[in-house]
Amino acid sequence: MSTTIRTIGLGQVMLAVLKREVSLGMRQKGEVLTPLMFFAVVASLFPLGVGAESNLLLRMAPGVLWVSALLAAMLSLQRMFAMDHADGSLEQMVLSATPLGLLVLAKALAHFLLSGLPLVLMAPILGLQFGLDGRALGLLMLTLLLGTPTLSLIGSIGAALTLGVRGAGVLLSLLILPLYIPVLIFGAGAVEADAAGLGIGGHLSLLAALTLASLGFAPWATAAALKIALE
Amino acid sequence: MKNPCTLNFSKLGCNKGGRQLFSDVDCTLEAGRWLYVTGANGVGKTSLLRMVCGLSSIEYGDVLWNGQSIQAQHDAYRQDLCYLGHLNALQESMSVAENLTFTCALGGMAPSAAQTEQVLTRFGLRGRSRQLVRHLSQGQKRRVALSRLALSRARLWVLDEPYVAMDEAGVQMLADLIAKHLADGGLAVVTSHQRVPIGDIPAQILELRAA
Repeated sequence: MSTTIRTIGLGQVMLAVLKREVSLGMRQKGEVLTPLMFFAVVASLFPLGVGAESNLLLRMAPGVLWVSALLAAMLSLQRMFAMDHADGSLEQMVLSATPLGLLVLAKALAHFLLSGLPLVLMAPILGLQFGLDGRALGLLMLTLLLGTPTLSLIGSIGAALTLGVRGAGVLLSLLILPLYIPVLIFGAGAVEADAAGLGIGGHLSLLAALTLASLGFAPWATAAALKIALE
Repeated sequence: MKNPCTLNFSKLGCNKGGRQLFSDVDCTLEAGRWLYVTGANGVGKTSLLRMVCGLSSIEYGDVLWNGQSIQAQHDAYRQDLCYLGHLNALQESMSVAENLTFTCALGGMAPSAAQTEQVLTRFGLRGRSRQLVRHLSQGQKRRVALSRLALSRARLWVLDEPYVAMDEAGVQMLADLIAKHLADGGLAVVTSHQRVPIGDIPAQILELRAA
């Protein structure tokens, strides 16, 4: 090679992973849209099933929307590493001089952008079916925005642990859904507490704390699980 | 000029599924030399290569890079290493150039568009850079995967069956590429069922036998 090739730092390698994941997601629209449609359908079934009793719907709304969001986020987790595992890209990521934890962080961020963020944006529209008012809808969006990154981060551990396992989907749900419980409690709890006229500072702080904790911890757990999966 | 590098295997052994594949493999590879790992099917060539890369854990013995165990210097070693396995590490729904740029980025390199085009041309993929990988033949996919080597700054190339699916011209071109790498002070570990000469550099042969 006549000219020397430019070298790049850690941040740019992570950015390259993020860009690749997002661009792959944009090309496989079906796989990105399916969980979002699932979210819309599940959240819409409840008002139909429960009937038009507005008080009941109003009380259920935060819980139902949060549970639907958890399930929808689960659906897209499986594809997080599966393709890279099948085609050998994962080996190259493990062998990269960039720590695997940072690459996982970039992948989890991409998962949030493609699955968590759309859920946040869809939530107020679905919330209207339950008769939530503007303040509750805004708060629902805020809690989802604080909570969905945790879903992607903790979910990445499960996706890595079930890599290459037959029937991975069900196993993944069994592993990960119990870990989502704190996010669900504080996420849905904040909207309910506000409706009851209680303070919500504690709920939001705990949600943010969960996100920060999983940000520091989950990528490394996932990296360790991925290395085991490749052995 | 960069420091000369050495790769050592010391009493390397491997068990798979309770069966011993090989044991007590000793070997020293100096800069500018290449190791030809040979042996029958199932004797553990790929397992050996994965241990050399650090993809599999080393149970018996050790692999040393510049006199130090690779397990004690993960990051430094990975900068010096480029591995090409059975899988091409290409995403079918991305273009040739996108795939190549991404695998280079993982290696910490950012080749310009002109540089990738130049390498792809050398690998007989001129004008294909925007084509999706799913539309390529097996041999062409292998060529895309191999073109990564030409853009790598790694000193040690670990190549598992690199000639698979390649036509005669492709095999020759790869051999020339490895020869140039060795001439620049690089090292290579190659497994293959085809005995392909690399320039006029004699192979150091490591024959694995069932224990």
